[in-house]
Amino acid sequence: MTDQLYQEIILDHYKNPHGRGLREPFAGEAHHVNPTCGDEITIRVTPDLSDISYDGVGCSISQASASVMHELLTGRTPEQVRVIEEAFVALMQGRGQVEPDEDVLGDGVAFAGVARYPARVKCALLPWMAFKDAAARAGALAESGDRQTAGTSKGANS
Amino acid sequence: MSFDVAKVRADFPILSREVNGHPLVYLDSANTSQKPRQVLDAMRELQERHNGNVSRSVHTLGTEATSAYEHARAKVAAFIGAASADEVVFTKNSTEAINLAAHSVGRMLEIGPGDEIVISEMEHHSNIVPWQMLCERTGATLRWFGVTDEGRLDESRLHDLVNERTKIVSVVHVSNILGTVNDVARIADRARQVGARMLLDCSQSVPHMPVDVAALGVDLIAFTGHKMLGPTGIGVLWGRSAVLEAMPPFLSGGSMIETVTMERTTYAMPPARFEAGTPPIAEAVGLGAAVDYLSALGMDAVHRHEREIAAYALKSLADIDGVRIFGPATPEGRGGTVSFAVDGVHPHDVGQILDDLGVEVRVGHHCARPVCARFGVPAMTRASFYLYTTTAEIDALAQGIEQVKKVFNP
Repeated sequence: MTDQLYQEIILDHYKNPHGRGLREPFAGEAHHVNPTCGDEITIRVTPDLSDISYDGVGCSISQASASVMHELLTGRTPEQVRVIEEAFVALMQGRGQVEPDEDVLGDGVAFAGVARYPARVKCALLPWMAFKDAAARAGALAESGDRQTAGTSKGANS
Repeated sequence: MSFDVAKVRADFPILSREVNGHPLVYLDSANTSQKPRQVLDAMRELQERHNGNVSRSVHTLGTEATSAYEHARAKVAAFIGAASADEVVFTKNSTEAINLAAHSVGRMLEIGPGDEIVISEMEHHSNIVPWQMLCERTGATLRWFGVTDEGRLDESRLHDLVNERTKIVSVVHVSNILGTVNDVARIADRARQVGARMLLDCSQSVPHMPVDVAALGVDLIAFTGHKMLGPTGIGVLWGRSAVLEAMPPFLSGGSMIETVTMERTTYAMPPARFEAGTPPIAEAVGLGAAVDYLSALGMDAVHRHEREIAAYALKSLADIDGVRIFGPATPEGRGGTVSFAVDGVHPHDVGQILDDLGVEVRVGHHCARPVCARFGVPAMTRASFYLYTTTAEIDALAQGIEQVKKVFNP
């Protein structure tokens, strides 16, 4: 059953992450944690999105998600970012019922199986939520007004 | 008579279910234990036949409910060797018990700037945060024992840490993450010597080994029902009579009063003073039934069984390449809780693949983040055992870990 979750693409990104490491210069930075499992991620973005750099510790899903996100969003326009972000969040919240569009999500389609594991959706969304904050701080997504609150990384924990 | 684990397991309906197509292998009892039929039946019987509010009704149902509730208190008192049932305060859980103690002992001792409170790096968050908050409110200073590389309390600075400024010492009896059993006699002696009050967090000891409060030499202990075969929503603060009687109330309202006028109120004697509002009646009765169940088996026998399982698990895990065990490596001075790391695989992923095989373990920081930081990891995987755990289940865990390695390091 976990074959669905641990797709080869996800394990590849986990073991060989793309674009990992925090870089200068940057205009916005955000640090998000998942208190349930101790996952942490720091994301930096430049104002024109020409670089999205990151570093963190965490499970294969959260770390692979950061790598895929780096690939999908770096160098895109704010409008393209909005479309990709919305598609990824919709996939994650789709409980396995959403058919992902590979043209939009690229390697992100490998996360379709994650949506069947409610406890892991937060892992996959962690870097994306941190990116949103970092991008907002960098003023990189000027025209996007409404902010989604779904899948927030800050949950209650014992 | 030898411990009959098959007979024990037959009392736990949930142990016969499947998870993801595999027989359930429940290795998360330090998180919450499963409940035997006897506990579930006792709660149902109370709700179906004797439901009334306690300590205020003259009618038959209320009298029966009160009798059942107080009977449960007496059973718990006997179970831990308390001098009297009045020394047992029912709370919601260990967390509430420790918050009660932090608040009321703090006020009793008029804690203020210059005073010190001593805890340890091995504590569950529930025995850290209430003391941090007490220090914030009062200006007192928080200090703590460290943890050695072997996962034991570092008592080398005992006389410096616990000194004439120390007002309260609060440490854990058995670590929920390392499994370490702390021999607290030296710390308790030192606390007594300097006139400090001492609380012991027994959340992971009372369910698993004989605990006698008279022998411990501390003032207060906290533990919770749901980790000892009882339901959630019921916990215990035990305190020596003289200490409880000197403590002011925590929560206030109905049941905890003596006389109320519009100007002022006088308070009831313990334990009622600390049980404001309608208490969790069925849950207390369930805890009483859990105590009966454990007493019938004998806590010595329960403890012996868990030590055997722990020894077997330590050996099984040590035999797997790429597995690192945190905490004491031998079963001496440790309970049936084993935390470990699998090389190159995050605990969240370990737990996910194990769950796929029906093996339920806990992953994360286990509400003891400072312990994870102490050992340089963001999280750990924890297998924890109880009276119903079998060596076959440990074998399933070991096979599961091999599967984890296969997925991540083919």
